[in-house]
Amino acid sequence: MSRAALTLWLTPFLARPIALIGLGVLLVMVFAAIFAPWLAPYDPYAMQPIARLMPPDAAHWFGTDQFGRDTLSRTVYSARMALLIGSGVVFFALVTGVPIGVLSALFPRLGHVLMRMVDVLMAFPSLLLALGLIVILGPSVVNSILAIGIGFMTTTTRIVYGLSLRLRAETYVEAARSMGSGTAWLVFKHILPNLISPLLVQASFVFAFAQLGAASLDFLGLGAPPEIPSWGNMLAESRTFITRASWLLFFPGLMIVLTAFSLNLVGDALRDRLDPRFRDVFGGEG
Amino acid sequence: MLKVSDLTVSIGAEAAPVDIVAGVSFEIGKGEILGLVGESGCGKSMTSLAVMGLLPQPGPRIRGGRIELAGADVTQLQPWQRVEAGHGRIAMIFQEPMTSLNPVRRIGDQIAEAVRVHDGISGAAAQARARELLDLVRIPDAALQLSAYPHQLSGGQRQRIMIAIALACRPQVLIADEPTTALDVTIQVQILGLLRELCGRLDMAILFITHDMGVIAQLADRVAVMYGGRIVETADVGPLFGAPRHHYTRGLMDCMPACNLGVRRLPTIPGQAPRPGAIRTGCVFAPRCRAVQDQCLAAPPPRLALGEGHEALCAFPLPAGGAS
Amino acid sequence: MWAFALKRAGAMLVTLWAASVIIFAFIHLIPGDPIYVLLGDTATPDQADRLRREMGLDDPIVVQYFRWAGHALTGDLGQSIFFQAPVASVIADGAETSILLATLTMIWVVLIGVPIGVIAAVRQGTWLDQTLSGGAMLMASVPTFWVGLYLILIFAATLGWLPSSGYPSIFEGGLGNLRYLILPSLTLAAPNAALILRLTRASMLDVAREDYVRTARAKGIRPWQVVTRHILRNALLTVVSAFGFTFAALLSEAVVTETVFALPGIGRLVVQSILRRDYPVIQGIILVIVVIYLVINLIVDLTYRYLDPRVELQ
Repeated sequence: MSRAALTLWLTPFLARPIALIGLGVLLVMVFAAIFAPWLAPYDPYAMQPIARLMPPDAAHWFGTDQFGRDTLSRTVYSARMALLIGSGVVFFALVTGVPIGVLSALFPRLGHVLMRMVDVLMAFPSLLLALGLIVILGPSVVNSILAIGIGFMTTTTRIVYGLSLRLRAETYVEAARSMGSGTAWLVFKHILPNLISPLLVQASFVFAFAQLGAASLDFLGLGAPPEIPSWGNMLAESRTFITRASWLLFFPGLMIVLTAFSLNLVGDALRDRLDPRFRDVFGGEG
Repeated sequence: MLKVSDLTVSIGAEAAPVDIVAGVSFEIGKGEILGLVGESGCGKSMTSLAVMGLLPQPGPRIRGGRIELAGADVTQLQPWQRVEAGHGRIAMIFQEPMTSLNPVRRIGDQIAEAVRVHDGISGAAAQARARELLDLVRIPDAALQLSAYPHQLSGGQRQRIMIAIALACRPQVLIADEPTTALDVTIQVQILGLLRELCGRLDMAILFITHDMGVIAQLADRVAVMYGGRIVETADVGPLFGAPRHHYTRGLMDCMPACNLGVRRLPTIPGQAPRPGAIRTGCVFAPRCRAVQDQCLAAPPPRLALGEGHEALCAFPLPAGGAS
Repeated sequence: MWAFALKRAGAMLVTLWAASVIIFAFIHLIPGDPIYVLLGDTATPDQADRLRREMGLDDPIVVQYFRWAGHALTGDLGQSIFFQAPVASVIADGAETSILLATLTMIWVVLIGVPIGVIAAVRQGTWLDQTLSGGAMLMASVPTFWVGLYLILIFAATLGWLPSSGYPSIFEGGLGNLRYLILPSLTLAAPNAALILRLTRASMLDVAREDYVRTARAKGIRPWQVVTRHILRNALLTVVSAFGFTFAALLSEAVVTETVFALPGIGRLVVQSILRRDYPVIQGIILVIVVIYLVINLIVDLTYRYLDPRVELQ
C-alpha cells in the first residue's frame, strides 16, 4: 500500500486515540486467538476436580470453573471461536450481500424481485430468523454462522444496493457507459472499488454484533456445542454459580464487551474516513 | 449606524489560528446601502455572520476588532444577548429562502416569534403585528398566508417572509447575504426593489452581500471589495466602477460581460483565490496581480486613503481617472 | 394520503403472505417425517396414520398451505404437542408478560435515552458529550444477558431488593407484582436506550445544522428556546418513529432476557418449544411476531408521514 493510502487510513485513528486503543485490543485478541495453544497456561478441556471453583489466584489468574478447568485458558481459546464466528458471518454477509446488491442495482427488473425477497426476510426479527434456522439445521458452529449471517446479509444487501444505485447514477459512470463499456468492466473498475471503504465500515459493525448474536445463541444452548470453549458457553455455565463464583461471570462477559466495543470504535473511526457522499448510509453523528 | 473596525475572524487551534477574515473595517450610515462584493470563499459571508453574532459554534470565532451598532459595542454578543442588552435592532436575511424557514411551523407563528422577542407582545397582538409586517413586504392575502406552511409558498414569497421577520425588530441595520442569488431574475428585481424602498422608508443601513457586480451597480451607494479575507478597496459606487484603484477590482471589472461587448474571449484573472492562511507574507492578491512588484510579496500593503472616502489596500494603486 | 396508506398496506400484506409461506414451509424443512415432527418421537403408527388423515398431509402441499393459512386467519394455529392445547391460547398466556415487559422497557428507554441524547447534543464536543456518547456505545456493545445476570447478582442475590425470577400475574397478585419486571426491563432497556440516545443526539445535531435554526437564532430568542422550539421538535420526528421499531423488536429480543429471568413470556416459550421440539408453537409464535412487526412498521411509517406537514398536502 502506498504511503499516501496508509496515511489516509490511519488519520481517523490518530485523531481519536480511543479508536487506536480499540484497534490495539483487537490485534491482541487476534494474536491470542492464533497463538492460544502457546499462550494458555492450561489445557482448556483439562478438568482438575481438586481445584474446583477456585477464585482468581497466582496459579489460576482468572479462577477455575465447576470442573476445575482454568478460566483464563478457556477465555483465551474462546477468542478463536469469536474470531471464527465473526469472520464467518462477515464473509457470508459479504459473499451473498455484495453480488445480490450490485446485480440488483445494475439490472432493475431483477433488482425489484430480489429486493422484495430481501424485504420478506427483513420482516423476521433477526433473532427469530436465526432461531428458526437453527431449528431446521440443528445447533452447530457452522449453522450459527449461517443463522446469524442471514440477518446481516439483508442489511448488507440493502446498503450495497443503495450504494451501487448511487454509483451507477454518477456522471462519470454514465459517460463510461455511453462510450460503450461493458457491464463487467463497469462493475470491477467503478463500482466495487468504491464499495470497499463502506463495506469495511459495515464489516466492523457486523463483526461486533455477530459476537453478541453468537453469545446469545450459545447462551441459549443453541449455538456451539457446550464443550467447545466460547464466551457464550462459559456464561451459560456460570449461571448456576453466579453467587459463589462471580469470576466465571465476569471474565467471559468482559471479553465480549471488549471485543464488541473495540470493533464499534474502529467502525466509527473508519466511518469518519468515508467519502462524505456515503456517510448517510450508516447514519452518523457528523 | 454600523461601524466595524479591524474585524478578525479565525478558525483552528488557539495557538495557531488561521484567519479567514482579517482587519476588515467599514461603516454604514442611516439610509445607506453598502455593497460587500467578492468571489466565493473570500470571507464575505463569514464577515456578515460575525457582525450579526451568528458565527456557528463550535467553530470560527472573533479574534479581534470591534463591532458597533448605533454606538454600542456588540462585538462578542450573540443575538439574544444583544436583545437583552437593548442593542438588538439588527437583522439578517439569508441566501436560501427555501430552507431558512422551519418546515413544520406556520408562517404566522414564525413571524410572531420574532415580534414577541422585540415588542414583548404575544397572542393575538403578535399575530396582528405579523399581518402588518406581511403588508409591509407586500404579500397579498396576508391573513391566508399567516396560517400557511413554508412549503406552500414560492421562493420569492419565502424571501419576503424572511424580510418580514427581519423587520420585526425595527432594525437599524439589515444584513442581506446574497438574498437573490437563489431566485429567478424576475423575482430578483422585485426583491431588490422592495429592499431599496424599505431602506428609504425606514431609514435602515443595509449591508448587501453579493458576488454579482451588476446588482451592486444598481443597488449600492458605496461598495467594499473583499479578497482573501480582507477589504481591498472601498469607494462610492460611481468612482468604483468608473475608476477602480485596486488591481483586483480592476480585474473584476474587466471580467464583466457587460464591459466586454464584442470581445471574443472574456478576460479572466489568472490563478485561484488562496485558501485561508495560505499567504503569510505580503499582499494576499500579489500572486495573481498583473502589476506585482517585489515589495508586494515581502510586506503587507498599506491602506491608502485616496480622497473622497475612496480607500485601497495596495502599495501601488492604479492611477486616478483610469479609463475602462 | 389515503391512497398512499392503502398502497402501503397492500405492500405489507404481500410481504406478510410471502413470510407466511416461509413459516409454513418451516415444518416441512425440518428433517424427518412431518407427522413425527408434529407428534413427537413417541407416537405410535396408529396415531401417525390418524393424524395424517386428519391433517390431510396426503394432499398436495399447496392445498395444505391454504388450509393452514385459512385456519390461521381465523385464529386457529394448530395444537401444541407439549401442552396438548391450542397454540393460540398458549401464546395468549405468554402475551401478558411479554407485552408488559416490552412496555416497561420502552418507558426506561424513552426516559433515559432521549433526555441524555439531548444533553449530549447540546453539549456537543465537551467531555460530557464524549463520556455520554462513549458510554452509549459501550452499552450497545454489552450482551443483554450479561447485564441481566449482573443485575441479578447485585440486586437480587446480594442485596435482596428485587426478585430474580418468575412473574406472577398482576391480575392475580396486584400491581405490586410489577417489581418482578423491573430487573428484566432494565436489562432489556440498556442497549436500546443506548441506541435511542445515539439516534436522538445524531438527529439533533443534524437539525441544528439546518438553515432555519440559524434564522431562529437570528431572531434573538434564547438558546434554550431555539433548542426546544425548533431543534427538538424537528429532531424528535425521526426519533419517535424509531420508538415503534424498537417496541416491535423488543417483543422478540426479549427471548434471552426472559430465559435469564425465567419469565413466562413468549420469548422463553420460543426457546423452550425449540428444546421440546414443539414445532406448532414455534411456527405460531413466529407468525404472530411477524404480523405484529409488520403492522407496527406500517403504523409508524404512516404516522410519520401524517405528522410531517410537507407530505400532508401532496
